[in-house]
Amino acid sequence: MLTRNLSRVDFQRELKQISGKIPSLKDFEMTKVTPGFEERQSVVVRFAGDSGDGMQTVGERFTDSSVMVPNAIATFPDFPAEIRAPAGTIPGVSAFQVHFGSREILTPGDEPDALIAMNPAALKVHLDDLTQGGLLVVNTGAFTPENLKMAGYESNPLEDPDLSQRYEVVPINITELTKEALKDSPLKTRDKLRCKNFFALGFTYWVYGRPLEATVKFVNNKWGKKLPDVAAANVQVLKSGYFFGETSEIHRNRYSVTKAAVKPGTYRKISGNEALVLGLVAAARQTDKELVYSGYPITPASSILEMVSTYKHFGIKSVQAEDEIAAIGVAVGASFAGSIGITGTSGPGMCLKSEFMGLATSAELPLVVINVQRGGPSTGLPTKTEQSDLLQAMFGRHGESPLPIVAAMSPCDCFPVAYEALRIAVTYNTPVIVLSDLYVANGAEPWRLPDLEEFEKFPVPQPPAGEPYQPFARDPDTLARALAVPGTPGMEHRLGGLEKNTQGDVSYDPGNHEKMTEERAEKIARIANSYAPLIINGDDEGDVLVLGWGGTFGAITSATKTLRAEGYKVSSVHLRHLNPLPNDLEATLKRFKKVLIPELNSGQLAMLVRSKYLVDATSLTKMMGRPFRVADIREAILNLISA
Amino acid sequence: MSTTTEDALTKNDFVTPNDVRWCPGCGDYAILNSLQRTFPELGVARENFVVVSGIGCSSRFPYYMNTYGFHTIHGRGPAVATGVKVANPDLSVWLITGDGDGLSIGGNHLLHILRRNVNVNILLFNNRIYGLTKGQYSPTSPVGTRTKSTPMGSVDNPINPLLFALGAEATFIARTYDTNVKHMTATFKAAHEHQGVSFVEILQNCVIFNDKTWDPVYGRQTRDDQLLFLEPGQPLLFGKDKDQGIRLNGLSPEKAHVGAGGADMSQILVHDPDTPSPLYTQMLAQMTYPEFPTPVGIFRRLERPSYESEVSHQIEEARSRLGSGTVESLLYTDDCWTVEEGEFDD
Repeated sequence: MLTRNLSRVDFQRELKQISGKIPSLKDFEMTKVTPGFEERQSVVVRFAGDSGDGMQTVGERFTDSSVMVPNAIATFPDFPAEIRAPAGTIPGVSAFQVHFGSREILTPGDEPDALIAMNPAALKVHLDDLTQGGLLVVNTGAFTPENLKMAGYESNPLEDPDLSQRYEVVPINITELTKEALKDSPLKTRDKLRCKNFFALGFTYWVYGRPLEATVKFVNNKWGKKLPDVAAANVQVLKSGYFFGETSEIHRNRYSVTKAAVKPGTYRKISGNEALVLGLVAAARQTDKELVYSGYPITPASSILEMVSTYKHFGIKSVQAEDEIAAIGVAVGASFAGSIGITGTSGPGMCLKSEFMGLATSAELPLVVINVQRGGPSTGLPTKTEQSDLLQAMFGRHGESPLPIVAAMSPCDCFPVAYEALRIAVTYNTPVIVLSDLYVANGAEPWRLPDLEEFEKFPVPQPPAGEPYQPFARDPDTLARALAVPGTPGMEHRLGGLEKNTQGDVSYDPGNHEKMTEERAEKIARIANSYAPLIINGDDEGDVLVLGWGGTFGAITSATKTLRAEGYKVSSVHLRHLNPLPNDLEATLKRFKKVLIPELNSGQLAMLVRSKYLVDATSLTKMMGRPFRVADIREAILNLISA
Repeated sequence: MSTTTEDALTKNDFVTPNDVRWCPGCGDYAILNSLQRTFPELGVARENFVVVSGIGCSSRFPYYMNTYGFHTIHGRGPAVATGVKVANPDLSVWLITGDGDGLSIGGNHLLHILRRNVNVNILLFNNRIYGLTKGQYSPTSPVGTRTKSTPMGSVDNPINPLLFALGAEATFIARTYDTNVKHMTATFKAAHEHQGVSFVEILQNCVIFNDKTWDPVYGRQTRDDQLLFLEPGQPLLFGKDKDQGIRLNGLSPEKAHVGAGGADMSQILVHDPDTPSPLYTQMLAQMTYPEFPTPVGIFRRLERPSYESEVSHQIEEARSRLGSGTVESLLYTDDCWTVEEGEFDD
């Protein structure tokens, strides 16, 4: 028996009837409530399975289909550090969460409304998160005694009557139905079974009335030419999953999420690392510098190196260096030679790069150093998110070596942040640290393509012509020095890590060292004069100001907006610039009775804000390798108000 | 690369006003003098030279060359030189390093600049000691070297710089020494002419912490018998009267007296730096004092595309296929969708 409701014969008959038909966007009237569908403002779906089950693939496909609707959307891929942990085990579980809605979506959602669990281990890991009464689709075919044992179940949880009381359980033997759907396929059984994620996807599309066409196009682009049998099998299984929903009567509830009211414009789906790369490439066009990117593979920054390497026709040179040190060294060399050198890494790589950051600080060269943060210290949680490298970015070098720091708050925000980092690096001739994090880097959302005129060109400071070149002569306003690039006649000079005087000569003079140290610090401090005013979400005074930075933007903003709608005097500010802090921050902080600083660390920004402004800020911390839930922030704000 | 000035450059054009701060009698002075003599003869405008270094006595070099220069951090000069060359392949880039900087802390970077074949000229000053930190043994110090950090003698086997370079399949490998300006100048010129990475070991004396370390090889009394000058197409002969030669016995080299009562000239190996097999280079590199005379000159010279030219080539190829990218084409891709004005209410 395949399921309680559908016999094998019935299923085959249904499949024959449906072959050739692919539901498209036109089949769904997305602007209004569709008959047979229960309307929802937003839905959170989580796909969970073995790391070899293709959960990231189906999550991304679901996202693609939903952005086409269009829905507002945010995603959260959550995968293990091991490429293939032993199949069926708890450490091998990989998940992808999609939050889509007809209203503004700022986070991937606190609790899933639907969980698709491909095996017992996935159920074990994720069931507790599923909202009460939520939809639970399980692949019963994977609930074998062996798999149950590996997941640590003593008995089959699907037989527990409590389960169907708490959730809307839909048991489907996806394994068997996939085999059945591919009865005539020339693929080997093992390869047939690899299509079962598309059955789950197809069924989920049916539940939420999503179009299949984007997924069919993806499959044909990916395998159509080289592996046509694989492409055909995946399309067949996808459709089978969809029509199984339609015909099996196993599950009658369907949910629609209508089109989101979005600003007119051209959109594309984008992840944080993608947006960062596009921002770097676009920003390099806004200045007269060639871009040299040099990196070393490290999770979660590797995709930056990979993507940058596809833009060679933009004149971008990319180098995969022998290690993290060489990666920044190549970037420093490129900057010295007149390009803009960029390197990207994660926390452990930042440690290795710190000596070179000191050199670039002393030599005052433009440079962008990207840190896509992950859980630390050491190898820590390589595939989980954290914001624990802020103090490293601030202070993680020897000597007095202040550097500007900019942080990205969302996947889309990586584009303007990349531009801002390049602007600061080139305008002030300084290394700039970009803090992203795994949550921002891997998450995806629809991106309204920016008007490029918002991104002004920024000139490269030039040394005065007709005068002897002084490497450390400074612009009176910005205190930036001007580079003379190798190949420029008459301006030959030597840079290096030894302290220099204004003329560029090595100097051990005590007064000169103090003067240069102060000038370097003052140059960084003056960068704050070039910032746009702070954006305050809410009124500019009130009871509580929630101050955040980085990937906590969605959770903080959602919580603040909701509470304000309920009448609380709560506002939030999300910092793009962490060093130097904005000039208008102090006054803003002091217009609120209380300040809450949520961070995925032990209170690093809170420490900086307290020491700089003597503000009694309250810290909200989380170090679980997971982002804040909106509810976490909400609760902390309410506690602070009632305290 | 052509000179921008009407007048030909001279050595003085490459001298900086800075006081040179090496110890009196240091071998580095002669190397500096040789490079300052070499540069005017290369047909490169002064502004197109870049001298990069790491940290150590030798790495102060850029401050004394009136070119663009960058004194970087310990061991990492190869990475910076690679970045300079990738950014602007037209520059003539010279990397100055030492036995500690290049083979100890920077061993990894040296390995990779060599295997990548970046067109950089690398001069490794080998004095077999840490000078700037005042006399600790280095990775090229012979076993038993007594220093402040090895009072009972060093116990670790030293690295042979040329074998290291050969292991990385460097395309140009040479050795010269600090008491022979003519030989240094000729070697530097050959390094410059080679399109690809050039690795030159310079036997150099540290007058303070390791004085006379190379005297058994190139001292006035010994050099005729202990130096073997490599000349392409010429037999491997040494000795004051050039009556000693190197021949093969099986797969091993051996010294042989040439002439009456000795070996026939036809048995003596003839130097060929262009031979692609590494075995011959390896044999030469392993010939060391006291068993063998020490070869100096060009050991190996092979043609292979340089890293930076391949990087630039790929950019040209991508442009010919995809056209020069525009910011619009960067952002507006096939998977974009458009929401029309007035289609939805906010």
